[in-house]
Parts: sequence; C-alpha cells; structure tokens
Amino acid sequence: MDMIKLIIDKKPVEVEKGTTILQAADKIGIKIPTLCYLNLGGFNIENKPGGCRVCVVEVEGRRNLAPACATDCTEGMVVNTHSIRVLNARKTVVQLILSDHPFDCLVCAKSGNCELQDLAHKLGIREIPFQGEQSTYRKDTSPSIIRDVDKCIMCRRCEVMCNEVQTVGVLSAINRGFQAVVAPAFEMNLDHSVCTYCGQCVNVCPTGALTEVDHTNQLINDLADPEKVVIVQTAPAVRAALGEEFGMKPGTLVTGKMASALRELGFDYIFDTDFAADLTIMEEGTELLDRLTTYLNGDKTVKLPILTSCCPAWVKFFEHQFPEMKEIPSTARSPQQMFGAIAKTYFAQKINVDRKKLVVVSIMPCVAKKYECSRDEFKVDGNPDVDYSVSTRELASLIKRANIDFMALPDSGFDSPMGESSGAAVIFGTTGGVIEAAVRTAYELHTGKPLPKLDFEELRGLEGMRSATIDFDGLPINIGIAHGLGNARKLLNEIKEGKSHFHAIEIMACPGGCIGGGGQPYIHGDTSILQARQKAIYNEDAGKTLRKSHENPDIIRLYEEFLGKPLSHKSHELLHTHYFDRKKEVFID
Amino acid sequence: MAQQLKMHLLVCGGTGCRASESEAIQTNLERELKVHGLENEAKVVTTGCFGFCEKGPIVKIHPDNTFYVQVKPSDAKEIVEEHVLKGRKVERLLYSDPAKKEHVADSRHMGFYRKQIRIALRNCGFINPENIDEYIARDGYQALGKVLTELSPAQTIEIIKKSGLRGRGGGGFPTGLKWEITSKSVADQKYVVCNADEGDPGAFMDRSILEGDPHAVLEAMAICGHSIGATKGLIYIRAEYPLAIKRLKIAIDQARNYGLLGNNILETGFDFDVELRYGAGAFVCGEETALIHSMEGSRGEPTFKPPFPSVEGYLGKPTNVNNVETFANIPPIINKGAEWFASIGTERSKGTKVFALAGKINNVGLIEVPMGTTLREVIFEIGGGIKDGKKFKAVQTGGPSGGCLTEKHLDTPIEYDTLIAAGSMMGSGGMIVMDEDDCMVSVAKFYLDFTVEESCGKCSPCRIGNKRLYEMLETVTRGEATMETLQKLRLLSNVIKDTSLCGLGQTSPNPVLSTMDNFWDEYLAHVEDKKCPAGVCKSLMRYVVIPENCVGCTACARNCPVNCITGERKQVHYIDQSACIKCGTCLEKCKFNAIEIV
Amino acid sequence: MSSIKIKLKDKDVEQIKEICGSFNNQAGELINVLHKVQGVFGYLPAEVQEVVASELNVSVAKVYGVVTFYSFFTMIPKGRNPVSICTGTACYVRGAEKVLEEFKKELGIGVGQSTPDGKFSLTCLRCVGACGLAPVVMVGEKTYGRVSPDGVKDILKEYED
Repeated sequence: MDMIKLIIDKKPVEVEKGTTILQAADKIGIKIPTLCYLNLGGFNIENKPGGCRVCVVEVEGRRNLAPACATDCTEGMVVNTHSIRVLNARKTVVQLILSDHPFDCLVCAKSGNCELQDLAHKLGIREIPFQGEQSTYRKDTSPSIIRDVDKCIMCRRCEVMCNEVQTVGVLSAINRGFQAVVAPAFEMNLDHSVCTYCGQCVNVCPTGALTEVDHTNQLINDLADPEKVVIVQTAPAVRAALGEEFGMKPGTLVTGKMASALRELGFDYIFDTDFAADLTIMEEGTELLDRLTTYLNGDKTVKLPILTSCCPAWVKFFEHQFPEMKEIPSTARSPQQMFGAIAKTYFAQKINVDRKKLVVVSIMPCVAKKYECSRDEFKVDGNPDVDYSVSTRELASLIKRANIDFMALPDSGFDSPMGESSGAAVIFGTTGGVIEAAVRTAYELHTGKPLPKLDFEELRGLEGMRSATIDFDGLPINIGIAHGLGNARKLLNEIKEGKSHFHAIEIMACPGGCIGGGGQPYIHGDTSILQARQKAIYNEDAGKTLRKSHENPDIIRLYEEFLGKPLSHKSHELLHTHYFDRKKEVFID
Repeated sequence: MAQQLKMHLLVCGGTGCRASESEAIQTNLERELKVHGLENEAKVVTTGCFGFCEKGPIVKIHPDNTFYVQVKPSDAKEIVEEHVLKGRKVERLLYSDPAKKEHVADSRHMGFYRKQIRIALRNCGFINPENIDEYIARDGYQALGKVLTELSPAQTIEIIKKSGLRGRGGGGFPTGLKWEITSKSVADQKYVVCNADEGDPGAFMDRSILEGDPHAVLEAMAICGHSIGATKGLIYIRAEYPLAIKRLKIAIDQARNYGLLGNNILETGFDFDVELRYGAGAFVCGEETALIHSMEGSRGEPTFKPPFPSVEGYLGKPTNVNNVETFANIPPIINKGAEWFASIGTERSKGTKVFALAGKINNVGLIEVPMGTTLREVIFEIGGGIKDGKKFKAVQTGGPSGGCLTEKHLDTPIEYDTLIAAGSMMGSGGMIVMDEDDCMVSVAKFYLDFTVEESCGKCSPCRIGNKRLYEMLETVTRGEATMETLQKLRLLSNVIKDTSLCGLGQTSPNPVLSTMDNFWDEYLAHVEDKKCPAGVCKSLMRYVVIPENCVGCTACARNCPVNCITGERKQVHYIDQSACIKCGTCLEKCKFNAIEIV
Repeated sequence: MSSIKIKLKDKDVEQIKEICGSFNNQAGELINVLHKVQGVFGYLPAEVQEVVASELNVSVAKVYGVVTFYSFFTMIPKGRNPVSICTGTACYVRGAEKVLEEFKKELGIGVGQSTPDGKFSLTCLRCVGACGLAPVVMVGEKTYGRVSPDGVKDILKEYED
C-alpha cells in the first residue's frame, strides 16, 4: 500500500493513498466540522457531494479553500484546519445556511439533535449578518413522515438513502439555485408517492426537514382518559437502543427499566411485541414448511421462495415495485399487527373490555409502523387493531417529559398473558434474526428432533446480502437474507428472472434491520452503535433459557385456548393478510 | 463549376443577419440574377457570419471585396443591375467610415477588419458552411490527413503543446497538456467532447464558428481523437442554436460520405465518429463535470475535481473536453506549424482570441485579434468608439465570471494573465462596452441576477451567498444601504470565491469586486448621497418641477398615470414624491423643459 | 412548479413510448428524450414525465429533478405567440429591461406566464447572438431587432386576430 506523508495543523501524519484530509485529520484527533458529509462505515454508504462547504481547510499552494471530505491527501501536503481564513469562511458559510433557515429552533422537532444547531453553537455564531428572502415550501404530512422543506439544507443525504441505498426513488433534488431543494416529483405529498416510510431519510437528515409524525400528545391524552384501557407492546430493537437517549453506552439492554418506565407513565398493561414475534414464527414457519412440503411432494405451482413479511416498509415496497410477485411473501401479518389482533380479541375477552375502549399502542424502532397501523385491512369497523405507534425516540421524549429518572428505575418484567417471549423473538430486532428464529422452529417441527445447536452464526452479520444452506436432517434448505431495500430489489429481480435458488428469504427495509430502524435514536453516522445494538440483542437471546418460539408457554396456551393450531381458520382471519397492487396508486396532486 | 464564375455574391447567413431578413435578400438576389440571365456569371452563396453584425445584413461581392451593409431585400434589384451587370458599385450601400465621412468599398480597408487576424474565424464569411467542398478547397481536412498519415499521436500532442494554445472557453488550461493527460489514461473507450454550450450572455463566438465553419470543429475533434486514442466524439450544443445544429448535422453527414468521419478514415484504419448532445439551458453546464453529467441525462451539477474528466469523465471513461474556438484553432496549427502559431500573440498567451463586441459601441460584432492587442485598439479602432459620441466608462470581459475594466486599463494588452491581474478574466470572449449612462452598481446587480438564476444550487456559498449579494446590491440601488453593507458585500464576495465548489461560484463575485474596486465613488454616491450618478436607479431619482419654466399647461398632470401631479391651470405644478412611480411620463410630455431629474 | 392537469390519450402515450424507444429506452438519453417529447407536446406536463420515467426505468422524481433544472424545459404550455425577450448583457445595456417592463404592462402578465386567452406567453432568454440588433425580442420564430418600449404595441398589433 502506498503511503503518503503530510502535515495537518503542524502535526505530521502518514496515511494510505486515497485517504481524504478529513480522514487523515481524524486519525490524529483533529475533528474537522462537517455537515453534508455522511459515512455509514460497514454499510458501504457514503455521501460526500462536497456541497455544504463547512469542512473547508487551507492547503498551502492552493488558490482556494479545499473541502476536507472530498480532497485526497497528497505527498508533502501542508494543511491548516483552523487558520483565520478558514474560520471566517466556515462561519460565513454556516451563517449563509442559517440565513435561509427558519428560526423556530425552540419548537423544532429536531432541537437537541440538529447537526446544524450543533454547528452554529460550535462555531460560536451569535448573529446572522445576511438577511434576505427565505425559501418557503408547502409542509407535507404523511402517516409516518413530515417534510418541512424550509429546513432542507441540500445536504443530499436523504436523496442518497432513498435512491442509492433503498432504490425507492421518491426523493430527488429539484429546481436549481436558491430554489433547489430535495422533494418528491412534482412536490407531491409523500402519501401519494411510492414512499415506503422506511424512515432512513429521517435517520440521516441533519436538520428538522424530515421528521416522524408525533403521536406522543395523543398518547398522553389516552393515558389520562379514565374510560380507556391502554395497552403497550414494545418491539425487540427498542430495548437495545433506548438507553442511548439517557446517555447509556450503546448496546446497553434496558428491557427491565423500559418496562418500569412504561408502568410509571401509566399504561394499564405492559406487554411485549416479542410475544407476537413468537406467534409470527408459529404461523410463518408453518407456512414455510407447508409450502416446502407441497413443493417437495411434486406440486411445482407453489410459490417459493417464501419471503418474510414482518417489515411494513418492505411490504409497501413490493406492493409498489413488484406487485406481480405479491403472492410470494408470507401472508403472516407483522408481529405488531398480530399483537393488535390478539389484544383486541383474545385479551379483550379475557379482561372483558370492549375493543373500542381498548387503546393498543406500540413502541417501535420504526416510523413505517405508524403507517402500518393505519392500513384499512388492519381495522375492524374502522377501529384499528393497533391504534398508533410511537418510536423509540418518542418514548424517550415522553419519559423525559414525565420527569422519570430513567437511570434510577428498577428492573421489572412484562405483564401476562402477552409478555412472555423466547430468545428467538428477541433476535427479530436484527437482520438475520427472523429467519434464524424461523429455522429454529421449522427445523424441530419438520424433523421432530431437537436442534443440536441453536446459534446459526452463518445467518448473522451486517453484510447487505447473505446466504446459507441449513441442513434439515438431510434436506438442504437455502436461506437468503437482505437488508436495505436496494439489496432486496436485487434478490427480487433474481426471483423474477427465475434465477433464485432460495427456499426462504428474510428481508428488512432498514440497513441492519430494526436496530437501524427509522425511529431509533440518531446515530449521527456512527455505525459502531448499530453493531453494539446487534450484539446486545444476541446477548439477550443467549442469556434466555427459552429460546425457541414453539416452546413459549403463553403461545402454546394461546393456541390451546383460542386459535387452535397454526394456519387454522381463526389464525387466517386474525393473523394473516393479503397484499395490494399499488402500481397505479401513485397520483399527482 | 465555381471556378468559371465571374462573381460570387456572399450573403451572411448568421443568426443575426437572418433575423434581419438575409434569407429574403438571398432569394431576391437569385431571382434578379435569373431575370437578367446571369446565373452562369454570378452565384449567390450563403456564408457564416462576417462579424460586422452592427451593420447587418451584409452582402459581400467577390472578387472585388465590395462590402455592402444594412442591405434590404428590396436592394437586390439594384445590386444585380448596377454591380453585377454594369460593374458600378452601389454607393449608398457601402460602409461609411464615421471618422473620415467617406464610403469604403473594400472590406480590407475598413477599420473594423484592419487589425484583425482570423484563425478561428478563417472561413466564416468566406465559404458556404453547408458545402464540404468549399471547406476542402480552403485546406480543409488537410491537417487530419497529415495527422493520420505522417504523425504519431505523441507528435501531434507535441505540436499542440509547442504552439502554446490554451483553452478558449474561459479557464485557459494548456490544450496540449490536457490532450497528453487524456492520452495517458488507460481505458477501453475514451471520448472527445466539444463544449458548445455557450452560455455567457452577450457572447456568440462559438455559435458563429459552428454556423460558419462546422467542419473545422469536426476535423479538430477527429485529430484530437487520434491523439488521445478516442473513437467517439460528442458535441454538447445549446438547443437554442437551431441553425448551428442544422449545419453541424449537414457537416457530419457530408464528412461521413467523404470518408472523413466513420470507420477507417482516409483508409488509415482510424475510426472516429461524432454525435450531437443537446444542452437544455443551464449556464453551469459550461463547467466540464456538469456538462458530462448533463450528457449522461442528469442534472448538470458539477462534481469535485479530481477526478478530472481526462481520467474519469463521460460514463466514467477518460474524456477530453475542449470548447469550439479551441478546436477551431487546431487544423491551422497542424497545417502551418506550432512555431507559426506561437509567433502570434504574447509570451504567455499565444495566437488570437475571438471576442463578441457588444454594448454601447459603434461596431457591434464578432472580431478576432492577436493576443496582446490592447483594449483601446479593440474598442476605439476595431469597435469604432462609443455610440452616439458618449464617453467610455467601462468594458466588461469574461461575462458573469469577469469584471469591469476602466479607462485606466485601456492600454492593457489582452492576455489571460493580465486580465486576471486587472480583476477580470478572458472568459469565453464576451466584451461589453459601457458608457456614462450605465450605472455600475446596476451592472453588478445584473450579473448577480444572472448568477442567482444559473447557480445549480449544489453548494451553499453559491446557492445562498450569491442571492444575498444580489439582495445587498438591491439595497444599494434603492439607496437603503449603509457603509456596513459595502463591507459585507466585500467580505461575502471573498468567501464565496474561496469556498464555492466550481468555477461558477468561484468567479461569480468578480463583477461585484471589480466594480467596487474601479467604481468605488459610484457605490459611495448610492450609499452616502443617495444618488445614482448615471441616473439609472429609479428609487434614487426624483422628478421635480422647475417653477421658473412651468407655465401651468397641465400636460404633465393629465398624463401622469398615478395622478400625483397637482396644480391649477396656469399655475406652477407640484409632484407628490410619495406617490410618484418615476415612470418619466411627465418629463416626456412637458414641452417647456419644466421637469428635471434630481 | 405548478402544472396543468391533463389526461393523456392512448395515442399520446404511444407516441412518447415510441420516442423513448428510438433512444433504446436508455436512461442516459433522458435529456434528448425530453427535448423530443417537448417538441411534440410543446411542454412537459406531469403525466408525460411519468410515462417517460417508466419507459426509461428511472424514478419520476429524477425526471422531475431534471425538468426543473433546465430552463429550456417547461411544464406550462406556451401561448400561441410566445414572446421572448433577450436579456443577454448586450441587450441589457441597450435597454432590454424597459422593453420587458413594457411587454409585462401591455400583456398584463409576468415572466413565465401566459395570457388567460392563451394568445401570448412571456419569457426571457439568454443571448440569442443577435447582439448587433440589441435589444432583441422574438415572437415565435420571428426576430425583432432594436426594439424600443414605444415599439412594443406595434409588435403586438401584428398578432391581432
């Protein structure tokens, strides 16, 4: 490897050829401020349009300032990252950006997490000397995401996520010059577009231009309403990330504190989506075996591979982009919706409360879940199975608002009968987890033998596309995994072209799976946080004695008392769904 | 054949003259020749631009070089009957030298042409651009033949390097060096791109070359292709240039038919072909990375260099981008040698430069002068001085990237480096002359308006900074600015130059900085005295009645569109300043010189 | 950018598909395709962009991003007599601004708009290269040189029905 020697802020540094000034400076502890630059290391996602010009530095012998994020180091280069010229230019550039930015920081959803706000603070900006016209656009509210384009600073991160990573193609830079901004075609509303609500754009937006729809106020009202019984379910990936909002080390599991906090907030029943995840495995795993057996018995009309269907953004993606393949995914509803359907039937009967008085709330690492709740097929006479969903971030905000000292909370458990879960359910929170959980159950149901080893290392990791062949006692089962919709598209195209050799594929819309969901605490480009969350989830699984969904006693009881058996008539009615061709659903305002 | 004809009637077919019915002139001339049975004696030829657009439409008669100006279709009869038939020049259509007040028949004796040396424009106005034979007759495709049969790619590049030719599109990067870098990039496919997206407002050299001599560009692109190892050429041309597009298409077809484009050119085994790509109205696409993105079907946003197009360009392949005028210089350099070219011009700027001379000048048009010619020679000798005998105030070069130069710069020789040193730049060759009636703050504002409109919006200093510059200039022209505004203007201008992503933003504040440097008093007048010395800024004008002259005729009051003038008949009238919209109607209607602007 | 809501006829859709096909449905030919399509329809309404996007297999957002980037493309139909004022520098210093103001006043519309009867539309364009005739105005294909504000009425009169 060619090495290059250069000097940054009078300090010598040696780097590999192809290293940028930004990376070289970072190596010796010099953090050059950036704004548009984003590098999601490990996911092959990089955004460096060199557009914001915040990271400019002075390079000796160069006429103008150089953007550190996009300028490669050269031999003998002498760089100054904090000369008067640099500091003035950087400050002026940020002042310019602020001069075309609303001043509603105090009430902005992104306040406290805004990278522009941080930068203004860091650079000591106390006035904006350039006053003038501010660009204004229509505000757009969808079931999951709010666009307030007045706050767009043209960093293009969302455009990269939406187009290059997710290949959804809703967002693009439009217009030019002062009017340039990122928006959907014809500046149409998101809910008229092919947006999947994966929320990856929200995750990377440095300002308040893209935020999630806020359900906290509605939740506070419902909790205060004595007429209502409020039930909460919490998704597996939430407990691996919530602690970050309270300054805990990434990867700290806060399952017990979270349950206590929810109790403090006044929920009537604290349940776990993990319970429904086990239920999902029962239905989806059985469906897989069913299709597989039919296929092996000679019926080639059966649709294989089977695709997982837990992720609402992924579901909406194939409904828009591959409607001709809508028979392939499993018909199993997502754990969130299975939970809602069971809560408002089985559990409602148990406690003898009318479903209309029951409020089912979900805590999700996701913003697409907000949209999923609102889908008509998940309503009974207009009453949704899950009333609404709040994100991990929103829950943290609620806990803070309620003066709860999260760190001081004792651990507590979930309520019964929908609180017990297996380790298989916990790993739903990461890419590869759903399919591993399904394999654990399908294997034992198929072979009738106990698994020799529960940890399927070959299915784990953060590679965008992975595959493994699992030996089902002589029957080789080919498993595929994709996370990130761009990777999902590749697998779908293979299936379309008849080139796929998989029997089952797990797909998650977000890079990393739910641990990297659109509703999780912001990672600000630090992907080691995702790794820590993933590790925490596998640790929780490993620490459990109950690690297979079909051994969950509450699940067994549910089938005995209510559902009968997997894929029964009642299961079909409550736990399965069908998909829609949404190709023609996009319309122009 | 053409050689047997006694006379050629050359009619300018450039866009400017066409707009003044030159096509009808051509038709009428042909009809008149027929009427008089002269079809075998004389022939009408449509040519490219003669350059002297001010006096268009132009008809030139060969072989005697008679130069008729401002010809109307109805003049055809007289030209044929008098000049062609009887050999008598039509005096009233000859160019009249404003200084000597006498008619000049021979174009070579006209002040406009005397100081010009035409290399890039060598064929414009001489040949029919739609006829490849006429190009070939003037040594066309000879250079390509020489390159393909006698020279190695390295030798060709060496000649271009030695000639000292620098990019004529604005940057002035040495052309030979660019070719050399691209030639050394290793790839299975390379591209030659001709940048014909002339976007500088007030510049039309590239269009004139393409309209008047399209084969020159095709030949040069093929030479470039051979030198760098490319078999594909693309011309990125403004869609707003229909005539140039038409002639290029004809030229490409003809060249293919003659085996001068396509496979196995001149039986040498060299393949090269050219396609057209259309611009769609974005000035920033003159920047080569933006141009490449546009050719790839995307928004024309520039990207950070490196990688340079010579390494990673169109479709990721090494791409050599040169502008039209640069290419037009190539064949003569090959034909006549690097030494010949290097002998013209100055130490650091070789050859000639084409300028589009416009504005408040007598001889608007397209000129080509040796590098090192002074601005004074261009404006006062070639350009014939300032229109209507007014006083010279400034000359703007380099378009929106350039600056305004003044009286004190008039003896500056025109070179890449001297212009930059003077606070302007060569640019693509727009040269706009301004007189005492032009307000320099407004001129700066005009250019900023253009930049704001044309900024791609990718980087923040250009997207927002230029808008803020424009807004501050607006407060100056409205008399609302303070000295602090002027300080901020300068500070922000420097930051925009220092931090912008591409050449557009890096140069966009030049019109502001150069006018502040050279016309500081005028800025001060706007800010401190709330006056616009040139009388352009409406907000700073007040129309007032001169009581001693007012006879109370009521004409002003009756015509005022906002009824802000009061006064009884035969009494002195009064203009209410708070309601006045400064339309100037009162001044126009007053027959007694009783209204003045203060 | 506002757009006129239209319903494309089947034969229009076919025509767009044909144009895309003539460029082998290559995404890289987007700008050439848009030129051709605008040549046929006179403008690029949203519905047209959607067909182009699906034929070239690019997102409609990208097509819209390109359409709104280039000033040559328009989503608003032009008037029967499109008036274009050259606002290049040469025309500017010779009074194009005053001529533009006069057109705005006479037509009662702003730049980028059409008269309610669809007879005239008004746009500015960059240098047309007829600087010798500055200021220059184009109405359709016809070029008017050395236009003064006083001459505006006469020009418009030529287009009276």
